[in-house]
Amino acid sequence: MNLLVCVTKTPETTSKISFTGNSFNTEGISYIMNPYDEWYALVRALELKEQHSGTVTVINVGPAENDVVIRKALAIGADDAVRVDTTPTSAKEVAHHVFNYAKDKAYDIVFCGKETIDYNGAEVGGMLAALMDVPYLSFASKLDHDGTVATVERDIEGGVEVATVNGPFVLSASKGLAEQRIPNMRGIMMAKRKPLEVVAAQDVSADVATTGYSLPAAKAGVKMIDAENMTELVRLLHEEAKVI
Amino acid sequence: MSVLVLAENPKGNFKKPAFEAVHYGHLTAKALGTECIALVLGSADNPAQLGEYGASKVIHLTEGFDAYDSRRYLAAVTQVAQQIGANVVVLNHSSTGKSLLGGLAVKLNAGAVSGVNSIPNTDSGFSVNKNVFAGKAIAEVSINTDVKVLTLMGNSIPPEQVGSAVEVESLQIELPEAKTTVTGQNTVAGVVPLPEAELVVSAGRGMKGPENWGIIEDLANVLGATTACSRPVADTGWRPHHEHVGQTGVAIRPNLYIAAGISGAIQHLAGVNSSKTIVVINKDPEAPFFKAADYGVCADLFDVVPALTEAIKSFKASN
Ligand SMILES: Cc1cc2nc3c(=O)[nH]c(=O)nc-3n(C[C@H](O)[C@H](O)[C@H](O)COP(=O)(O)OP(=O)(O)OC[C@H]3O[C@@H](n4cnc5c(N)ncnc54)[C@H](O)[C@@H]3O)c2cc1C
Ligand SMILES: Nc1ncnc2c1ncn2[C@@H]1O[C@H](COP(=O)(O)O)[C@@H](O)[C@H]1O
Repeated sequence: MNLLVCVTKTPETTSKISFTGNSFNTEGISYIMNPYDEWYALVRALELKEQHSGTVTVINVGPAENDVVIRKALAIGADDAVRVDTTPTSAKEVAHHVFNYAKDKAYDIVFCGKETIDYNGAEVGGMLAALMDVPYLSFASKLDHDGTVATVERDIEGGVEVATVNGPFVLSASKGLAEQRIPNMRGIMMAKRKPLEVVAAQDVSADVATTGYSLPAAKAGVKMIDAENMTELVRLLHEEAKVI
Repeated sequence: MSVLVLAENPKGNFKKPAFEAVHYGHLTAKALGTECIALVLGSADNPAQLGEYGASKVIHLTEGFDAYDSRRYLAAVTQVAQQIGANVVVLNHSSTGKSLLGGLAVKLNAGAVSGVNSIPNTDSGFSVNKNVFAGKAIAEVSINTDVKVLTLMGNSIPPEQVGSAVEVESLQIELPEAKTTVTGQNTVAGVVPLPEAELVVSAGRGMKGPENWGIIEDLANVLGATTACSRPVADTGWRPHHEHVGQTGVAIRPNLYIAAGISGAIQHLAGVNSSKTIVVINKDPEAPFFKAADYGVCADLFDVVPALTEAIKSFKASN
């Protein structure tokens, strides 16, 4: 099975989020592989490869500093990697660059994460599927493949929907698809020798631009309620907060 | 020129997300000086009612949408948008809406923004606000293409009744063959799904074990609320995955979020801090969640939660 996994990096989840004008303050921020890409998409791809043989390639669209994240994906077990050398500012660019690389390579499944935990786009997977004209199985929390037919459970509101698909498709991974794998020493050593191909980016323009950031309004401060007096809490929720 | 809104009708019924999207489409159309047209795919009860929320017309395609197939849905929305010359397409920030967003952006050569929480600013160009970092921040994003596609974050813009029932039409479109087959659905019945819920009762590791969840369910039941949980609770299988809220779970913005036995880690707060009112029940006065709360109760949740349930019961009985 020929599998492609899209991986990207995001600020570490405990990062303090702050902005100056319309740019995100990157000082002191450390980056991780987007959890949906690392914990679920990549690991499930590796499991399918272990089951059916084949290759797992990871792809990132980004600058050279992203190699750290790519090497981690190789250390976890991917066979080889590609980086499209550009700094994208929109999902559209990412999708087109991945498509340009993947279009003549006959991947059985292209994996994405369900969203990046910074921008929360949830856009790249759907774009890729449309560009490739294949089904998009979004928010997959379970994937089985018998070599011909895939059975996918997709997260929908309040539960899951089960679908089967024949032929190639794009999948976005959500929690549950696999169990996180921690790279071991051997994996880390081997990753250094695995191929990381850097390809030049074709011309793709962005069609959205972030023009500013703000933080949600701060809370006025907590009002502590006596545990013996839940009637008072109910009164406040009704009269002051007006939520019940 | 028009604004096209996909009005979702799970199991044939329109619910709040459909009304929110249509009303949002109506407000957007007003800002652009054009009309809002609602699109309904598959069998639906009374599509004409979408006029009440501001649609000037409903296009209803009845055949071929019983089961979700990404390519068929995408083809339908694309062709309708093209035929009516839509320059904005509004979807819900739901499993269906998010699945369609990227594909529509490609097919319509449109700029896409997901999780929008404001009416577009059309003073110069077209820009919207969206949640980023699971609600820890808000980004203003401008779209430079002629056609725009948006998914609307739930509970952002309250739907209002501004009109009355409208005409329902059909359109001729061509659907590709389905390549996926839906073989089943497993959803909890009779509960408002988390992203739509106005009232949420959530609990964490302070519950000690899954066998204790009865008190959380009782509280949720008297309120008519949906239940949620912190990540370790879902990871250990105490609660189903779809209840996990936070940076790596569902991001929600209900009117009321009650958190019992949750410490308030930064990754948890990320997904819930857009809630209008937050009540925190925790026995540790130092729990970080109190800093993000509107109301706090510092005591044992096994006493507080049942007492709160009783207090709400009496309140409901006397109102
Ligand atoms: C990359 C990453 C992503 C993450 N994403 C998420 C996410 O999306 N969502 C999420 O929730 N977490 C997430 N986490 C985990 C997060 O960091 C916390 O570990 C988690 O939220 C803690 O869950 P908790 O509050 O239920 O448990 P704990 O931190 O163990 O807190 C339990 C709380 O219950 C209180 N308590 C105990 N007994 C009682 C009692 N009898 N009465 C009242 N109070 C009591 C305690 O005082 C304590 O504050 C993520 C972590 C990482 C590293
Ligand atoms: N720069 C990138 N390079 C490779 N893949 C990416 C990149 N950005 C996003 N992706 C993939 O697309 C998924 C969804 O991203 P988004 O649509 O931006 O939320 C991520 O989980 C990744 O799998």
